[in-house]
Amino acid sequence: MPRRKGAPEVNAGSMADIAFLLLIFFLVTTTIETDAGLDRMLPPIEPPDENVVIKQKNIFTVNINKNGQLLVEDNLMEIKDLRKAAAAFLENGADGSCTYCKGRKDPSSSDNPTKAIISLKNDRETKYSTYITVQNELVGAYNDLRNREAQRLYGRDFTKMEAEYLNPETPSSVRDDLKDKVKRVQDMFPQKLSEAETTSN
Amino acid sequence: MAKFTKKKDGDLPAVSTASLPDIVFMLLFFFMTVTTMKDSSLMVANTLPNASEIKKLEKKDRVIYIYVGTPTQEYQKVFGTEPKIQLNDKFANVDEVGSFILAERAKKPQELQNVLTTALKVDKDANMGLITDIKQQLREVNALKVNYTTYEGDAFNNLQ
Repeated sequence: MPRRKGAPEVNAGSMADIAFLLLIFFLVTTTIETDAGLDRMLPPIEPPDENVVIKQKNIFTVNINKNGQLLVEDNLMEIKDLRKAAAAFLENGADGSCTYCKGRKDPSSSDNPTKAIISLKNDRETKYSTYITVQNELVGAYNDLRNREAQRLYGRDFTKMEAEYLNPETPSSVRDDLKDKVKRVQDMFPQKLSEAETTSN
Repeated sequence: MAKFTKKKDGDLPAVSTASLPDIVFMLLFFFMTVTTMKDSSLMVANTLPNASEIKKLEKKDRVIYIYVGTPTQEYQKVFGTEPKIQLNDKFANVDEVGSFILAERAKKPQELQNVLTTALKVDKDANMGLITDIKQQLREVNALKVNYTTYEGDAFNNLQ
């Protein structure tokens, strides 16, 4: 009778095969999605209680027609000029209360960045891609101004700071520090982008 | 002396494959961690527009997706070639968006229900009319945080 030597060894030679099988399964089902896009807030459906009077000069109207042409403050404009025009409007600072603005202080344009509102209207037949381009340029105008101020105050770009702040992997000590900075720059140029209901014709 | 001559039989020693499972497991874990399972297959054409001022959508559990685009080839006979809305696995009309959002919201844990984002994945050839209707629906159910999902790129490529 042969002597028993403990438990026999399990053959692990096929482990690689099993692992390969799993690997191939995950390879096939993987979609490395990095979803990104333009964050926007829609206006609430119930109108605000008090009727706020907004001066016409504090509103920057952008109209997109169905052919994708822009009407900005009643003038035709190319989309590539929009970013500059919007930035100039936002930091105009006509009432002089905005110390960091570098605008022309044109009395017929916005009083200060906290009052400046951009109103975006579009036609029902406007193409989505055009709409996104315009949105992108308007958000870009805000980001340009915020980046400039963040560079001046903290020596960093606002968009980078915000991304780091929103990233859940950032340690909380860093996030707390960034929170105030991000908030401060945001308050310098609050994003007031109104999306009015669409005109039907 | 025979002991020493034995080694010289000329063959190269075989490369040890003992660590192959480890390497494969490493790859496996990499793909397991970066994998997101697709929960619905796309039934609409979905070429997103480009934008440069984008923010990443963190935390996938807080996102509700709405797809808009023209139905793909196999569905065009039934559903036509006009852009349609896809919610989960089926086509829907505009007036179903509101109840869809409410149903999805109810599925999420309580503490996330107020911080949900609606990601609009809209084909770049869609018209704004449909989007405006969706936006109106979203406002009615108070889902105000939206994200127009785009690819990263120069926004002016959209215009060509």
